[in-house]
Amino acid sequence: MSSITRRRALGVAASAAAGLAAGRALTAPDQASAATVHGRGGPEAFDEVYQGRRIQGGPSHGGHGGGHHGGHGDGYSVRIDGEELHVMRNADGTWISVINHYEPLATPRAVARAAVRELQGAPLVPLATA
Amino acid sequence: MTVRKNQAQLTATEKRNFVNAVLELKRTGRYDTFVTTHNAFIMSDTDNGDRVGHRSPSFLPWHRRFLLQFEQALQAVDPSVALPYWDWTTDRTPRASLWAPDFLGGTGRARDGQVMDGPFARSTNRWTVSVRVDGRDYLRRALGAGGRELPTRAEVDAVLAMETYDMPPWNSASDGFRNHLEGWRGVNLHNRVHVWVGGQMGTGASPNDPVFWLHHAFIDKLWADWQARHPRSGYLPTAGTPNVVDLNDTMRPWNDVTPADMLDHTRHYTYDTAA
Repeated sequence: MSSITRRRALGVAASAAAGLAAGRALTAPDQASAATVHGRGGPEAFDEVYQGRRIQGGPSHGGHGGGHHGGHGDGYSVRIDGEELHVMRNADGTWISVINHYEPLATPRAVARAAVRELQGAPLVPLATA
Repeated sequence: MTVRKNQAQLTATEKRNFVNAVLELKRTGRYDTFVTTHNAFIMSDTDNGDRVGHRSPSFLPWHRRFLLQFEQALQAVDPSVALPYWDWTTDRTPRASLWAPDFLGGTGRARDGQVMDGPFARSTNRWTVSVRVDGRDYLRRALGAGGRELPTRAEVDAVLAMETYDMPPWNSASDGFRNHLEGWRGVNLHNRVHVWVGGQMGTGASPNDPVFWLHHAFIDKLWADWQARHPRSGYLPTAGTPNVVDLNDTMRPWNDVTPADMLDHTRHYTYDTAA
């Protein structure tokens, strides 16, 4: 039930992203070109151990989890110890996550590191409602 | 008629009644439905896509409707209860009576951020954080951690002086009153308070902390104060804006209420001070 709720919420975003891809002016037509580091490649991919936890970020690949990725991060996803951290890119190119939702940071890597600090070792879980 | 009061002025009985009504909503499961709704909107509102609850003009009427629904739920438990507001420009330290054990309890302990006193401490067994994004089921806070400061009255006044309600592109990049109040741009009011409280208040599941309602009741009051200062400035945009709730569009999740319906708070409640 919890993951259904979450997917439903994300599905809304996936639809919004589809509308976006159909031709909007606010971002470049190529959804991966929302560059902060690597020009047309989008934000830099990363894979590191930070404070004892593995954080990874990079372009998301369609199909995983039924359209789970690809909405808010403009095709970019972040994981902490393999669990997806819901991230979102702001219009000015800054990033936030569901863990730090009101404090934009410069890059997805900074958002992942901030989440690790905030988690204080706790596991990231799909939105739990039980 | 419901009168929303400054939390600092509440009597001991008013504080107790508010806390007990919140705990009753939690016990029945009703409270957590509000957390779930908020988080769903937080995750789906995007700058370049549909946006209703946040980073958009409807941030203010959406939260006004959301708070009304919560207040009505409280009043179904105890008709004497109204939402108090927290003026964080005045009560701006962790020593404010807001954070005393007879009201919301204080900041979290250093080790894990856990709130250890007050009615919402995990040890009471009456406040288990169920709608959550990580494994921790206890309320956490880090009031003012890292030397952060709450907004000042002068910063609030500078935002209230902005004449235009909102501007294209109607998102987190906008100039105008709404986005400066929300905090994505400029001195940062609303967002900064979420960060100052810390813990769940910094996350998409921020209504897990009861202070969420007192914070947003003050944001809502600042909207009323702004309307009183700028009687000729209305909600924008008024029509035909993709992905954005125009003045007479209905808002999800209710689908039966528009921003226009929410402009006059006095149909629902008044404040303890003239706006």
